Amino acid sequence: MTVIFKKTKGLTDKPLTYCPGCTHGIIHRLVAEVLEELNVLDRSILIASVGCSVMSYDFFNCDSIQAAHGRAPAVATGVKRVRPDSIVFTYQGDGDLASIGTGEIVQAAHRGENITVIFVNNAIYGMTGGQMAPTTLPGQITTTSPYGRDVKTQGEPIKVSELMATIPGTYYVERVMTADPVSVRKAKTAIKKAFQNQVDGKGFSMVEVLSSCNIGWGLNPVDSLKYIKEDMASYFPLGVYKDKGKI
Amino acid sequence: MGKVLMKGNEAIAQAAISAGCEGFFGYPITPQNEVPEYMSKYLAKSGGVFVQAESEIAAINMVYGAAAAGARVMTSSSSPGIALKQEGISYCAGAQLPIVIVSVSRGGPGLGSILPSQGDYNQATRGGGNGDYRVIVLAPNGVQEATDMVRHAFRLADTYRIPVMVMADGIIGQMMEPVEIDTTPIPKAANLWAATGKGNRDHLNVVNSMHLDSVELEDHNILLNNKYLEIVKNEVEYEKFLSDDADVLIVAYGTPSRIVKSAIKTLREEGIKAGLFRPKTLVPYPYDALHEASKNVKFVLCAELSMGQMLVDVKLAVNGIVPVHFYGRTGGIIFEPSEIVNAVKSHLGGK
Ligand SMILES: Cc1ncc(C[n+]2csc(CCOP(=O)(O)OP(=O)(O)O)c2C)c(N)n1
Repeated sequence: MTVIFKKTKGLTDKPLTYCPGCTHGIIHRLVAEVLEELNVLDRSILIASVGCSVMSYDFFNCDSIQAAHGRAPAVATGVKRVRPDSIVFTYQGDGDLASIGTGEIVQAAHRGENITVIFVNNAIYGMTGGQMAPTTLPGQITTTSPYGRDVKTQGEPIKVSELMATIPGTYYVERVMTADPVSVRKAKTAIKKAFQNQVDGKGFSMVEVLSSCNIGWGLNPVDSLKYIKEDMASYFPLGVYKDKGKI
Repeated sequence: MGKVLMKGNEAIAQAAISAGCEGFFGYPITPQNEVPEYMSKYLAKSGGVFVQAESEIAAINMVYGAAAAGARVMTSSSSPGIALKQEGISYCAGAQLPIVIVSVSRGGPGLGSILPSQGDYNQATRGGGNGDYRVIVLAPNGVQEATDMVRHAFRLADTYRIPVMVMADGIIGQMMEPVEIDTTPIPKAANLWAATGKGNRDHLNVVNSMHLDSVELEDHNILLNNKYLEIVKNEVEYEKFLSDDADVLIVAYGTPSRIVKSAIKTLREEGIKAGLFRPKTLVPYPYDALHEASKNVKFVLCAELSMGQMLVDVKLAVNGIVPVHFYGRTGGIIFEPSEIVNAVKSHLGGK
């Protein structure tokens, strides 16, 4: 018998705590596969953030540090500076990275920290019960925008990849999604690049992954994937926003 | 090294480097700027890491990360900056990270002033971070002791895996005094728990302050408290000056305690037997020793550069056996020895 598929060594055996249908699990797997393929698991340090992925330290098969809400890029900076040979990555949601932690992410990029950031944009605060996020789409209903996000008073969704690409210190920024097998494969390619850059000492790399929150969105898992593809990806266009390696 | 004349902030930074500090993360704020400035000049040269963070919040989280990765690191700041660090200090305490924080306090509340003050006693000893935690707080009375305490802070941090704060008032930060910095290396703990990358280890290391299970979190809080009780048992430090035969006991800490000493000499010359009790550790506070020392006095006078913050601990220590009076100045005004003399006389006169 030939083995044609086996679970990546990059994940532990602990069962994931994510809701059925949520794509955090897919993104975990992609990151884990990349760490295994690049053969860096033994020197990787995950900086877990605050959000649905708060317990990601249980799932990734590498050493981890759990950070306060929004502060993961600062924590990552501390780690990478004293352990430059380790592979340091943050795994952050949109509330964590694009609201409470905008200062930390912008400044870590500004310093050109040689770290990898996995930014999971699900347009909502999943963990706390589906409140409005900075990335919530115009008109989108959440528990704190019950009449739909009103851009006049609640602002237009923040475009993080576009913003990060303007910072001179970023090396690589790409937006991908996890909506179907093709986009998942593309997401993996981007994630691999973001880690390879760190291995090669290139500098700050971020991959924004458009992800689902079927529970928070009040959609079934299939419609959620459609929502990523049709609604989110049209407001947040996919693509490479910066690649200093290609200039 | 021999005695050299150094500004307090620079001496503090040099003491940290000599103690084997491997990383400094900070943000500018007066009156502690010479600490990061000195670090930026010399720490990298001795193989360490210096990062000017974008804020005190980021700085303490860099300290959290670097300490979690096993490095011996520190930060420094002043009052409004220490306020911002409180979130991170709570996380460091929860995750049991050995870190050192130097607080060179200034006037408050709010932006207050850049002049010296002891208005951050509550901030240091009670903290503003969430949860059941303690940090050790050391209070030097001058440049020499500040450098000794910075070294001691690294030792305590390693021994107990706890954040340690050296609370130097702005006077220490800015004044120049002759100082001899001890350069004996301080052995670093093995930090087998640190997230360094798994390497050949047969298990993963996770640095974390979250415990969602109630029993697990209570156990964790009990562990933290037991550690604190151990610290109370072993690490209380204080100085007594002419207090054995005293009728009046003055309690003061930091540089103002030196002004109180001058006042005590004057009082003694005038036949009033006054003495000083000076806590060197604000946490753990020398409650028992102060209680003992106040047994045979007429009253205790607590003197602070605040409206009366340590006063609460003094009252807890004295526990009602004699009256406790207070004298304080704030706003950057430092009391003169004569003010203390007059305060003592006024309370004696009122008897
Ligand atoms: C300082 C602080 N403020 C608020 C919270 C509460 N909180 C926990 S998770 C969360 C939102 C996270 O949302 P996001 O980053 O979008 O991640 P998701 O849960 O959607 O994966 C908030 C506000 C906290 N833990 N700490």
